[in-house]
Amino acid sequence: MIMLFKKFLAFLKRRAVFTVLTLGFIGGIVFWGGFNTAMEATNTEQFCIGCHEMESTVYQEYRNTIHYQNRTGVRASCPDCHVPKAWGPKMVRKIQASNELFHKALGSINTPEKFEEKRMYLAKREWKRMKKTDSVECRNCHEFGSMDYTLQSRRAAPQHMTGFDEGKTCIDCHKGIAHQMPDTSSLTDEERKEFNLQ
Amino acid sequence: MKITSKKTVLSSVLIGLGLLVSSVYVAETPIPNSTAQKSDIEFNGVKSLRGETAIPDADKSASIKRLQPDIEPIARNYFQQPPMIPHRIREYKITLQYNKCMTCHSWDAYKKAKATKVSQTHFTDRDGNAQSTLAARRYFCTQCHAPQVDAEPLVENAFAPVHELEKK
Repeated sequence: MIMLFKKFLAFLKRRAVFTVLTLGFIGGIVFWGGFNTAMEATNTEQFCIGCHEMESTVYQEYRNTIHYQNRTGVRASCPDCHVPKAWGPKMVRKIQASNELFHKALGSINTPEKFEEKRMYLAKREWKRMKKTDSVECRNCHEFGSMDYTLQSRRAAPQHMTGFDEGKTCIDCHKGIAHQMPDTSSLTDEERKEFNLQ
Repeated sequence: MKITSKKTVLSSVLIGLGLLVSSVYVAETPIPNSTAQKSDIEFNGVKSLRGETAIPDADKSASIKRLQPDIEPIARNYFQQPPMIPHRIREYKITLQYNKCMTCHSWDAYKKAKATKVSQTHFTDRDGNAQSTLAARRYFCTQCHAPQVDAEPLVENAFAPVHELEKK
């Protein structure tokens, strides 16, 4: 038995390059697969509402909307709108999310009152982010090039046509569709213009 | 202390009397069951909205009406009628913080949105003071304005709009 093991070691020594490559290949699969599995685990609705900050506020509001429940049962859950699909931007967003862990530890929004106080600040951040990416998360499903205006309602069709002509992006008009709108009465005129609000 | 106890005695006597009277009344009222005749269900010629379905039986549930796609503004039937909503309003939330209807129906936005502007009466509070924002009593649009489905009237109705409104 020991002889057999020694023979095997000698074989490995003779073929060092082969050994390194094989081990590297297997190790790579295990590591990369594990990394992606862990990454996807943090990209689920269940993970997002694991914290009460999300579960008792924004999740409850989202449950009343069309992206949670609708006729055909197609859903857009938290990461579908809040995490980019492409690998690079997703990594960037995931690294930025460490800031959210920091604020979880600080308890920045751990009561409904604190959350309500920060609602405008948080909403503005998300509006700016979506504006910057040309609402890329929306367009994963709602591509305006594929919209048939003749099937849209008499209000929606002209709004979409003029909106896209003016270079607007989804979030410019579609605010507060999954979560409640913050109180906009305190916004300045410049901010109103920036966020396309009355 | 004495007065209080007197009051207590009096009130309990009254409650007791009330219970007695009501129990006698209940006992005398015919209780319809599933085998009851039509005449048992009608009370003095008044029929309930449940029709001839007896109380223990399950009533037929009304069919769910789907809201229609956007239509042209609906003509009013009488003066001062709150205009009805000719479009779907799912997800248009009206909260303390934000009124979604006002993104199109406010005086700032109605021209661009080609919407009906909110009436000037909505800026007056109950004491008649003019305000720069929607008055609290007029803030919740859906208290008076409602989207419409294509439904037959539940009861016959011969109401006709006044001549002025009919002319349009």
